[in-house]
This record gives sequence, C-alpha cells and structure tokens, in this order.
Amino acid sequence: MIFARAERRTLDIAGALALGGVLAFVGAATAVLLGHAGTGSGADAPLFDAYILRVARFTFLQATLSTLLSVALAIPVARALARQRAFFGRVWILRLSAVPLGLPALVAALGVIEIWGRQGVVNDLLRLAGLQNPVSVYGLTGILIAHVFFNLPLAVRFLVAALDRIPPEYWLSSANLGMGGGAVFRLIEWPVIRRVLPGIAGLVFMLCATSFTLVLTLGGGPAATTIEVAIYQALRFDFDPARAVLLAFLQIAVTALLLFVLSLFGRPQDEGVTAGRAIRRFDGRRRRLTDGFVILAFTLFTAAPLLATLVSGLAADFGRLALDPMLHRALLTSLAISFASASLSLAIALPVVLVPQLAESGASRPARRLMAVGLPAVGSLILLVPPVVVATGWFLMLRLFGETGRFAPAIVTVINALMALPFVVRVLEPAYRTHLARTARLALSLGITGRRRLMTIDWPALKKPFLTAFAFAMALSLGDLGAVAIFGAEGFVTLPWLLYSRMASYRTADAAGIALILGVLCLLLTLPSTAPERATERTGPDA
Amino acid sequence: MPETAIVLSDVTVRFAEKTLAFDCAIKAGSAIAVVGPSGAGKSTLFNVIAGFQTPASGTVRLLGEDMAGRDPAERPVSIVFQDNNLFSHLTIADNVGLGIDPGLRLDAAARRTVSEALARVGLGGYEKRLPGSLSGGERQRVALARALVRRRPILLLDEPFAALDPAMRADMAALLADLVAETKATMLFITHQPEDIGRLADQVIYVTDGRIRFHEPASDFLARREPADIAKFLGHSVL
Repeated sequence: MIFARAERRTLDIAGALALGGVLAFVGAATAVLLGHAGTGSGADAPLFDAYILRVARFTFLQATLSTLLSVALAIPVARALARQRAFFGRVWILRLSAVPLGLPALVAALGVIEIWGRQGVVNDLLRLAGLQNPVSVYGLTGILIAHVFFNLPLAVRFLVAALDRIPPEYWLSSANLGMGGGAVFRLIEWPVIRRVLPGIAGLVFMLCATSFTLVLTLGGGPAATTIEVAIYQALRFDFDPARAVLLAFLQIAVTALLLFVLSLFGRPQDEGVTAGRAIRRFDGRRRRLTDGFVILAFTLFTAAPLLATLVSGLAADFGRLALDPMLHRALLTSLAISFASASLSLAIALPVVLVPQLAESGASRPARRLMAVGLPAVGSLILLVPPVVVATGWFLMLRLFGETGRFAPAIVTVINALMALPFVVRVLEPAYRTHLARTARLALSLGITGRRRLMTIDWPALKKPFLTAFAFAMALSLGDLGAVAIFGAEGFVTLPWLLYSRMASYRTADAAGIALILGVLCLLLTLPSTAPERATERTGPDA
Repeated sequence: MPETAIVLSDVTVRFAEKTLAFDCAIKAGSAIAVVGPSGAGKSTLFNVIAGFQTPASGTVRLLGEDMAGRDPAERPVSIVFQDNNLFSHLTIADNVGLGIDPGLRLDAAARRTVSEALARVGLGGYEKRLPGSLSGGERQRVALARALVRRRPILLLDEPFAALDPAMRADMAALLADLVAETKATMLFITHQPEDIGRLADQVIYVTDGRIRFHEPASDFLARREPADIAKFLGHSVL
C-alpha cells in the first residue's frame, strides 16, 4: 500500500467524481447530438450527400499530404541536426523547433500569411524572379504550409531524440570500421527512424485531421473545408443542426479509427539520452556544407513566420490598443477562463494519475480496479470526441434554455480543461510514479499522511511538473478558438476570438498587435517547459 | 613490420579544465595493460591513437606513418568497447561482416570468413542470431571476431571485460591471449583489475593526471610497493 486509509477514501471519491463528471459532460453532449440525429433536414436528404463526402475526402487529403510533407522533410533535417553536433546555435535551433507547439494556431496562421500571403516575402521574391502567378496562401497550399510549419518541427524533435538515443559507441564503431554516409543511413539511422516513424506520422496525421483553426482561417469555401470546420459552418452560418450532428458523428468515427491505428504504433518519445558517453559524430565532417544548408532552410522556414508576427505586431498602434475596452475585456476573459480551466484540468488529472497507481499497489475492490481502467480512458476522451463536437452538443442543448452566451464561459472552461487533460496527465504521470516509488513507503511508515504529506513531501518534489502542466494547460486554453467559435456570442469575447474577428474585418494592424500579445503570453507559459535537455557534450577526458 | 607500432611524441590534448600530454613508444607485438584512476586520461589516450580525438600538438605515428589528418577508419587500428560494440538490429554475421565491408556487401567468400571467425571465438552457428539474444560475454566474443576479420595490426580494448562476471573474464582473457598470439597484433587494453595484467600483459602503462607516469614490464609493475596509490591498486599492503 502506498496510501493511508483516509487518503485511499479521498482518492476513491475524487476518482468517482472525475470519472462521473467527465463522462456526464461528454455524454450529455453526445446524447443531445444523438437526439438531433433523427430530426431536421436529415429526413428528406440522403444521409451522405456530395458535400459531406467532399468534406471527408478533403479532410483525409490534406491530412495525408501534410503528414507526408512534414515527415519526409523532417528526416533530412533531423539527420543533419543529429550529425552536426557543434553546429552554430544548434541548441537554439532545437529550442526554436519547440516554439510552434506552444503557439496558438491563430497566431501561427497570421505569421504564415505574413510570409506566404499575397503581400508576403515569398511572393515578393517570386515576383522579383519574374513569376507572374503568386503562391496563394488560401486553400490547400496554405493549409499544407501551416500544417508543415506546426508539425515539421515536432517531427524533427522526435527524430533527433530518437537518433540521440543511439548508443554513442555505434558512431565510434562506424568511424573505426569506415562506414560511408550511405552505409550509416542504411545500417544505423534508418532502422531507428523506421521504428519511430509510424508513431510520429500517426500523431501528425491525427493533429492535421482534427485541425480546426488553421483550416478555418486558411481554408475557404466548400473546396477546402475539413469536418471540424464544416461542423462550425453548419451550425453558425447555415444553422443546419442535422448536418452538424451528422458531421460530428463522422468526426468521432474518424478519430476513433485514427486512435485505434495510433494505439498500434506506440507513442513517440521526445527525450534523448542524458547519461553516459558523449555523442561524437565523425560522419558529419564531410557534410558540413550540405547539412548547414538543410539546417538553415529549416530554421528560416520555422523562424520567418514568428519574426513576421513580431515585426508586424510591434508596428501596431499599441497606444490605441491599450485603450481599447474590447481588448481589456477579451484579455480578462481569456485569463480568467484559462486559469479556471487549467485548475480544473489539474484537479481532474490527479485522480486520473493516482487511482491507477493506488490500484496497482495492492489488493483493491473491483470498483477501484474498474476506475483504474476507466480514468485514463476518460483522461483522453477529448481525443475521441473533439472539442468542436462537444461544444456543438452543448450548444444545441443550451439553445433549448434560451441564451447560450450566458453559459458559454463555463462550457468553454470545461472543454478547455478536457483538451489539456491528455497533456497534463502525460506530464504528471511519470513524475508522480517516480516520486511515489521513492517516498511513499517512507512517508507512510513515518505517519506523514494527508494534507501534511501533500505539503511537506509531495509539493516540494512535484512543484516543477505541476507548474509545467498548469502553464501548458493555460496556454492551450488561451490560444483555443474552437470551443469559443461554436459559442461565439456578442457578450463573450476571448483573445483569440477578438483576434479572429479583427482579422475577418481586415483590421490587420490591430490583429497583428493582438496576435503578438497572445503569442507572447502563450510562449511565456510554454517555453520554460519545452527547453531541450542540457547539451550532453562532456569536456573532460575519459568521457 | 617496423620495430615500433605506436609512437606518440609530445602529444597534447586540451580540454576546458585540463591539458593532457602523452609520450610513449610501443614495440610491435606488445601486450600492454593501461591502468590508472578514473578520469586520468586512459580513454583519451585510446581516442588519440584511434583518431577519435585530434591532438592540439605533437605527432602520432602508427607503424611508422604519421597519422595527422587520417580518419579513424584509415588507421591500422581496431577498437573494442566495454559495451554496445554490436549494432543490436543486425545479425551476428552482419555485425562481424562489417569488419570486412562497412557497407555490408558480402560475397560467399566473405560470409565464409565470417563463419570461420565466429567458430574461432567459439560461436559457430550463431550467424543468424541477434545480439540481444546473446550474453554479455558472447557479445564481446563477437566484437573480437570482428576485430579478427579486420586484420588491423593494432587492437585497442577499452575495458573489454568490465561488464563480465569473473568466470567469463578468465575465459575471455584466455581467448584474447590466443588471438593476439596468432595474429601478432599489438594490443592495448584498459583495465581496473590487477589480475588482468598477469593474465594478458607483458607491459603496463600507468596513467594518472593526464600523463603516462610509468611504462614498464608487467612483472616490475606487479612487484611495486610504492607509490602508495599503485600499491593499493595492486592490493599490496602499503608500507
């Protein structure tokens, strides 16, 4: 046993509350959707009309292309970064590749438009080169660029970590044996890459298939719409709940299929080795030039939209923005919602993390064992039933009670908390596991339990993962547009929603300023926790 | 074959917090135990010879030739580490075959050579197995088989027995002694066990504080009663 009797009872209650609460919240939304399924225009229209088929096909097409591009480009970049260990600013480039992950999709979309849009740098250069037809950032091209902007760095980080986990002796042996570049790839790198690639590709595909904000801003019309965006349009523009419901179930079917496939691949890890011999690559010497070019291109591609956001944001009229009451309200609303949703997310995460460990630690009643299975599943339920779908269900339900705007903050808070839950659990679970293994028996034998255990044993050791999880959950909520968009009412404006409406009404200078504020807020929250491990180069002899 | 296999003249290696300096001449066919405290520079000495570490100054001559600018694979050196000598996703035969062709394009004759080398280290019939299914001692034997097919005149072993239990150590040492006698290779091995010196070495290089403090016949070294750190290492009571 790793918990005292009173603690076990508290955990059982907390577990039951979390399990019941999340199931009820998501279940109610799904039930409403089911109830709507039989009504409305669905009766006389065919179940899957041409529009829905087109939307489904486009969802798969863009996700497939985005995944292929991200992963195929990530391989040479990761190889170059893993090989050139002394490359100027290597640590900073790895750190840069964590930035898109912490950035709200809407801010990134704006950055991508600044670079790749009609007035962007890329088209200026193309025109200088004499090309007449500029790249259009709207439609499939823009969606692909934005998805690669988000997922290429993610894939690079996973691949570099995998390559860094190769035993350092392999590189010494390969140099001693005289393996050429081709042999190193074929015999050492590819076997490692091949092992992690399905997991990475699956994750990227999942992210692209459920991508909402980027497709909403960069897609357009029925030709470039994904299922999630189609739900939003059916609900907010066409007011066709039956179609929204149909699309919602299509989305659940797609994510269920994807989650099943993903579970076959296993989850990629982003930690490299930290101990042991320093990694020294001898095959990098002759490729410094080509590797340097690849790394530079990657850095430019990732950094340019960020820099553009910064530059055009700084050009905004902050004096006027600072006096804008709408911005004040949006900022306060966003901060309040993100703080509440991060707190809620952590509160749900604790039993999700702890009850399974309690159940593992000794004989438990069937009820607790059932909870130990159910809680982790509930922790990632939002991956199966995406935020936009849950929001749709609640929107349709609350419509029956009149004013949806009044309930919007509470619903968005809960949805955001559920969105962050998989990440929060992923941060807390391993931290808690090692912590309990180290301290649980000692604390119990000394009689330090309950509140005292929390304050004197748990909090000091787990402060860092807790703060990391909290900051991440807050950033996720701060940047979320999906749940808000479904509810988006006059009286309820968050920072991303304000940004989106300013973009929609072509107040670009204001939009740039708001994007900068939002981007900086989110990066301040996420960057400290995504910093890569310290460089493992050792300077002493006998490494 | 030249008289001296390895000559290090005024070789220095600089790290952030210290500078190491090596000077030595090693006769061809010697079997040398490299001993000394952790962090003294034993592995760095190997790295300089194998070409993993470029010296800040001085010259490294192997078999009479200056090694400046030569890649690790272009040196007459094979190296065996304490662990991870084998690529875990390649079969035993492929791991040995890399010693014949690093791109693993092996013809029937090469495959035969590999099988002979495996038989020589007592692992005949292991060709198709993966390193994960072998014991630590067996994996080190495969590493020796690879060194065998490479036929490089200088063999460096960086704590080759450190991960093995005492019985396996004795077996490995006996096998290694046979192989070195057969191939007439010059062998240097790093060890923290005095009994390895008696089993395998005819000379000892004692490294401490980034310098070669002694280079003398093994019998002289084993008889040392001073300085105190060596006496303690050898298990003699300190006077």
